[in-house]
Amino acid sequence: MRKVWLFLSLLLLAIVSLFVGVHQVSLYGLMNGDETQWMLLLKTRIPRTISLILAGGMLSVCGKIMQHLMQNRFVSAGTIGMMDSARLGILLVMLLFPNGSILLRAGVAFIFAYIGVLLFLNLSRILPKGDPMILPLTGVMFGNIIGAVASFFAYQFQLVQNLSSWLQGNFATVMEGSYELIYITVPVFIILYLLAYQMTIAGLGEELATNLGMNYQLLQFIVFALVALGSSAVLIMVGNIPFLGVVIPNLVSLFYGDHLKNTMSVTVIFGSIFLLICDILSRVLIAPYEIPVSVVVGMIGGALFLFLLIRRRKG
Amino acid sequence: MKKNHFALKIGALFALCLVVVVVFLTYNTYGNWDFALKLRGKKILAFIFVALATSVSTIAFQTITRNQFLTPGILGLDNLYIMIQTLLFFFVGGIKMLSQESIWMFIANVGLMTILSVLFISFFMDKVTGNLFLLLMVGMISGTLFSSISTFIQVLMDPNEYDLLQGRLFASFSNVNSNYLMVAAAIIIVSVVVLWFVAPELDIMHIGRDHAVNLGISVNRLQTLCLFCISLLTGTATALVGPTVFLGFIVVTISYRLFATYQHKKLFIGSFLLGILLLVGGQFLVEQIFQWSTTISTVIQFVGGIFFLGKILSERKKV
Repeated sequence: MRKVWLFLSLLLLAIVSLFVGVHQVSLYGLMNGDETQWMLLLKTRIPRTISLILAGGMLSVCGKIMQHLMQNRFVSAGTIGMMDSARLGILLVMLLFPNGSILLRAGVAFIFAYIGVLLFLNLSRILPKGDPMILPLTGVMFGNIIGAVASFFAYQFQLVQNLSSWLQGNFATVMEGSYELIYITVPVFIILYLLAYQMTIAGLGEELATNLGMNYQLLQFIVFALVALGSSAVLIMVGNIPFLGVVIPNLVSLFYGDHLKNTMSVTVIFGSIFLLICDILSRVLIAPYEIPVSVVVGMIGGALFLFLLIRRRKG
Repeated sequence: MKKNHFALKIGALFALCLVVVVVFLTYNTYGNWDFALKLRGKKILAFIFVALATSVSTIAFQTITRNQFLTPGILGLDNLYIMIQTLLFFFVGGIKMLSQESIWMFIANVGLMTILSVLFISFFMDKVTGNLFLLLMVGMISGTLFSSISTFIQVLMDPNEYDLLQGRLFASFSNVNSNYLMVAAAIIIVSVVVLWFVAPELDIMHIGRDHAVNLGISVNRLQTLCLFCISLLTGTATALVGPTVFLGFIVVTISYRLFATYQHKKLFIGSFLLGILLLVGGQFLVEQIFQWSTTISTVIQFVGGIFFLGKILSERKKV
């Protein structure tokens, strides 16, 4: 029953998101066939809302899967250097092929993100297994270093401001004809969902999963490739969105427990809802201007993250 | 382990440092001795103090966190500094900011960073177990917050203003203000002396927290003291020359390899000398060989990245 309510609130928020903005779009105007309003709705509002739902869901479920496979509650695309690696890839494309297509950018970003993840998996094996926070902290350090290499190139070629504005999480630039790449996340969702059962078992740890007759390494390679693909598509289309991949899965597990297969759809819906709310706020707070959604997510997500951390410590 | 010729290594390093410093001071002066020495002498002093601050603080930090992949940069101080500067440049204006540099500005900057870290330490360090990881996580999260605010403001900025800001944000040793240098030197020296005195206790931290407690060390007090000094050192170095994230990391990684010792006093001295060598040598290359096509800090970052990856791969082989 509860899932129905979740789904309904997602629908409601999506509708609200369609009607929020500088230019007025109202039901009344649409009924009367107001042409500008229809154009706005089709060209920017609907694409934006769809991107929000897909990006929020993708980041959230990717975070959940990483946490499950690495057996650590605090890892996500942002805290293991994956986003920084993708950024380095994008920068190199900007430098070498300034007129390269968006597909080329996305492809290179994906390859770099994947290499970054594989490197970090190697790193995670040699870290001391003490506190669960060691892994994300080292991951951030790893990301910083990749980022430093990127900023070295950016500084050399005067691209710093260009790159940082381009990768700041922002849905203001989403419009028809420039956002279709986000649909890559749909097949990723489907494949991940089909693998949910295997991933649930893999989360028990390498030894146990292997004893149950699973090719653990292969699964890891496939799943992390999918995660890298989904995350870099979101990065290219809307930019960097901090904390979402950590905070949402942890909130979901507070209410619904930790079973991966059973909570996957809830995690997706929660992520979409969270991002929709943040984006509506970013459009409303200083209207007629917009705050980039990454700043809003950073504030709310950061506060939630701190709350979760302190709560866990006390528990 | 073969006999470790520590004195020999330090002597060699010291000699190398001397050579590099002398070459740096005297290369291509075109006969304008006084002028060149004045200008370069100031730079050399800045290098020496930054090397001292970053190397000592990184070693102490890695010991109390027991993780050789971390640096004090994780506390989010760099991001705080970047945010302060960005806000000032945005609201006060770049030209004005660069023309009126007062010593109070500098002290306020360092003070703000230190106060924030002290607040964090007193709130988030586990009083009972002395666990530091929550504190580090909080630092990291705050760092992300600061940097998302900075990014937002920087995107709004006029590109010309942004260029001025960039000069401030990328570590630069070319125009260190000598008034600052005195204050910064005082803060750095005091903090380093404190860490030097607790070095024997830090040595014991290597064998684990519980053993250290059993040997009569009040670990929590030691951690608080160290973190305070580390924040002071990091904050001062950052405010003096801008963010130098990986200098400390490179230097201490080499030091652990080169000196193969757990004794902090030896490590402090060794990494300090290495830091001078790296900074002065690097600056010399940048100034005279590459002719200013890049900044020393970007060179350091680049080398640091390579080192980090190398460390991952080499540790992996050991397992």
